[in-house]
Amino acid sequence: MSSIKIELRQEDVSKIKEICASFNNDPQELINVLHKCQEHFGYLPAEVQEVISTELNVPVAKIYGVVTFYSFFTMTPRGKHPISICMGTACYVRGAEKVLEEFKKELGLQVGQTTPDGKFSLSSLRCVGACGLAPVVMIGDKTYGRVAPDDVRNILKEYENY
Amino acid sequence: METITLTIDNKKVDVPRGTTILKAARQLGIDIPTLCYMELHDMNIENRPAGCRICVTEVQGRRNLAPACATKCEDGMVVKTHTTRVLNARRTVMEFILSDHPKDCLICPKSGNCELQSMAHKLGIREIPGAEIAAMSTYRKDTSPSIIRDLDKCIMCRRCEMMCNDVQTVGALSAVNRGFMAAVAPAFEQNLEHSPCTYCGQCVAVCPTGALTEVDHTPEVLRVLADPTKTVVVQTAPAVRAALGEEFGMKPGTLVTGKMVTALRALGFDYVFDTDFAADLTIMEEGTELLDRLNRYLKGDKTARLPILTSCCPGWVNFFEYYFPDLKEVPSTAKSPQQMFGAIAKSYFAEKIKVNRKDLVVVSIMPCLAKKYECQRDEFSVDGNRDVDFSISTRELAAFIKQANLDLNNLEEGEFDAPLGESTGAGVIFGTTGGVIEAAVRTAYEIHTGKKLDRIDFTELRGLEGVRQAAIDFDGLEVRIGIAHGLGNARKLLNDVREGKSQFHAIEVMACPGGCIGGGGQPLHHGNSEIIKARAAAIYEEDRKKPLRKSHENPFIIKLYEEFLGKPNSEKAHHLLHTKYFEKKKKIIVKQ
Ligand code: SF4
Ligand code: SF4
Ligand code: SF4
Ligand code: FES
Ligand code: FES
Repeated sequence: MSSIKIELRQEDVSKIKEICASFNNDPQELINVLHKCQEHFGYLPAEVQEVISTELNVPVAKIYGVVTFYSFFTMTPRGKHPISICMGTACYVRGAEKVLEEFKKELGLQVGQTTPDGKFSLSSLRCVGACGLAPVVMIGDKTYGRVAPDDVRNILKEYENY
Repeated sequence: METITLTIDNKKVDVPRGTTILKAARQLGIDIPTLCYMELHDMNIENRPAGCRICVTEVQGRRNLAPACATKCEDGMVVKTHTTRVLNARRTVMEFILSDHPKDCLICPKSGNCELQSMAHKLGIREIPGAEIAAMSTYRKDTSPSIIRDLDKCIMCRRCEMMCNDVQTVGALSAVNRGFMAAVAPAFEQNLEHSPCTYCGQCVAVCPTGALTEVDHTPEVLRVLADPTKTVVVQTAPAVRAALGEEFGMKPGTLVTGKMVTALRALGFDYVFDTDFAADLTIMEEGTELLDRLNRYLKGDKTARLPILTSCCPGWVNFFEYYFPDLKEVPSTAKSPQQMFGAIAKSYFAEKIKVNRKDLVVVSIMPCLAKKYECQRDEFSVDGNRDVDFSISTRELAAFIKQANLDLNNLEEGEFDAPLGESTGAGVIFGTTGGVIEAAVRTAYEIHTGKKLDRIDFTELRGLEGVRQAAIDFDGLEVRIGIAHGLGNARKLLNDVREGKSQFHAIEVMACPGGCIGGGGQPLHHGNSEIIKARAAAIYEEDRKKPLRKSHENPFIIKLYEEFLGKPNSEKAHHLLHTKYFEKKKKIIVKQ
């Protein structure tokens, strides 16, 4: 399990408290609280789990247990350029898996990981609604269509100086 | 309650509705093997995750095999517990578990006492299909001051998680990850040292395998015993004598005080002393503190904090330092008997025998794993020299005795050495829940009233109920006493104290269910609570047999005050025998 030490700002702490309060600080709502926090922060670093632990009065070990049990929770921050590869049916049959493999190879990452310099992170998505362009890759807000494994290197080049 | 009838292995049995197949079968004397399941009957402790499936049985009319530990009996049910189908299923389950388990039995600390090992043997496993190709999941070993976690040997029975969360409410451990990487671990898979762990050792006490064990200090003890420049003294806690015999095949509840003394002498300890002496000393200090606070309180002194909480259990101390730091002025400041002993041994006794404290080594034999941590706390050292150098558990002592080719069964009864080996019955009962406060009552009553007690046994303070209370008449003054064992029970009483709702004048807390007799360093009970009860009975028996049963009557304690300490709670006594408590900050260390 890798994760990066972060300092929470006062407003972050307030935000977590606000989310917990919106569920009445009810320990039964832990999963929903985690979802909301991940929506807000993009991931669930240890410090966020610590605050939730105090607010909901649930041992932080239990929270970590839940975070590591469900694959939709992550403790890894997204990269500066988050790469998402669509694995919906249309993209899949048009070879998205090979594209994903190429990204993994080029970046030396697994799905859910971020490069050590924090530049790229890799994730897979369900259908993003652009099936006509399958296979689809998104980097940040930018969408790439009909991506072939051979294109991957060039796509990454675009971000060389950012 | 409604009774239902079912048939197990062609025998009819009546059970209350809600009974599991496992319990119904036990009622018939049929032994269904279990692995993850564990129960401490009468102590409200049960682990039933229905995870391992070793206990499967065949229920007529059901397609799938049913885990006996979690399946409720139904009226007219027909159950078969050992059909060929069941035997095959158990074997498959076992092979699967073993395929992800190191074959370390030769060097495993649990070997010979491991439930997994004996189950593999019982089920006749001789090879593990596919073991050569399957890669085993491996984990980083974690060593804390008291406990070693070797999760390669974890079978995910989750007993430790249940103890740590449901019984102790510490919440240091939780199931994390999934699939082959699943484990029971502290948050962020940090070391136990960075978690709220109290080192109570209750997880170790229930772990069926070698995944959780104590840090073994016998090699160091062996080294100092072989060093001619060292004088080595040993102290033995009260609960040890009531359990050590179990490791040598004796019936639970057999007292082995004299034989243990002989064994320790044979192992080469220069002086064999008794922690019970220090327990008597604790009563003098803690009892005086109680009376002082009570008297001040009765006079209307608002600074007198009541209730006073006992402080002899280091697991409990760790617990309130972490979870109730706002109340850290409430417990008695008296050190634990282990540490009082060390402080006196390395001052009073060292002077007496003219040995420099650096050449005097104090070893303690404890039923407890938290004591290993306690003796390493900074405040219990002088210039880097610990008051208690090493603490080893009852189990470690048993192994040590066996290594020296001694059989406890055949040893003569020995006597403790003077002066730190003399104790009263009050010191002995420190080993069981309710014992510390009963010992304190015996002394505080006589000091407060100036009268002799006409009855010494306060049976109202005894028993295994998790939270108990009693009011004792101090000649017109009603002293209200609360008792909790198990940290979850302690938490309830502490919450009341925090909210100002507590009605008690004094509260005794022991971290382990049953008190020290059920400590994390004791011979393993393997889920049999009768063993713990038998130990308690043995402790009270030893108390009854003692000629002196009140701490303040111990002649060597009287002498210690006359020659050295002055009065209880004197300045010197404070310096040597009292301590203070610290807020335990959360130390989050996040791996990069
Ligand atoms: S835990 Fe038990 S089965 Fe595993 S290596 Fe140790 S003794 Fe053998
Ligand atoms: S020693 Fe006690 S507090 Fe620590 S992990 Fe084990 S059960 Fe929990
Ligand atoms: S560490 Fe021991 S008690 Fe805990 S789940 Fe693993 S095998 Fe069971
Ligand atoms: S499947 Fe990829 S966009 Fe629809
Ligand atoms: S003992 Fe019943 S499932 Fe493990």
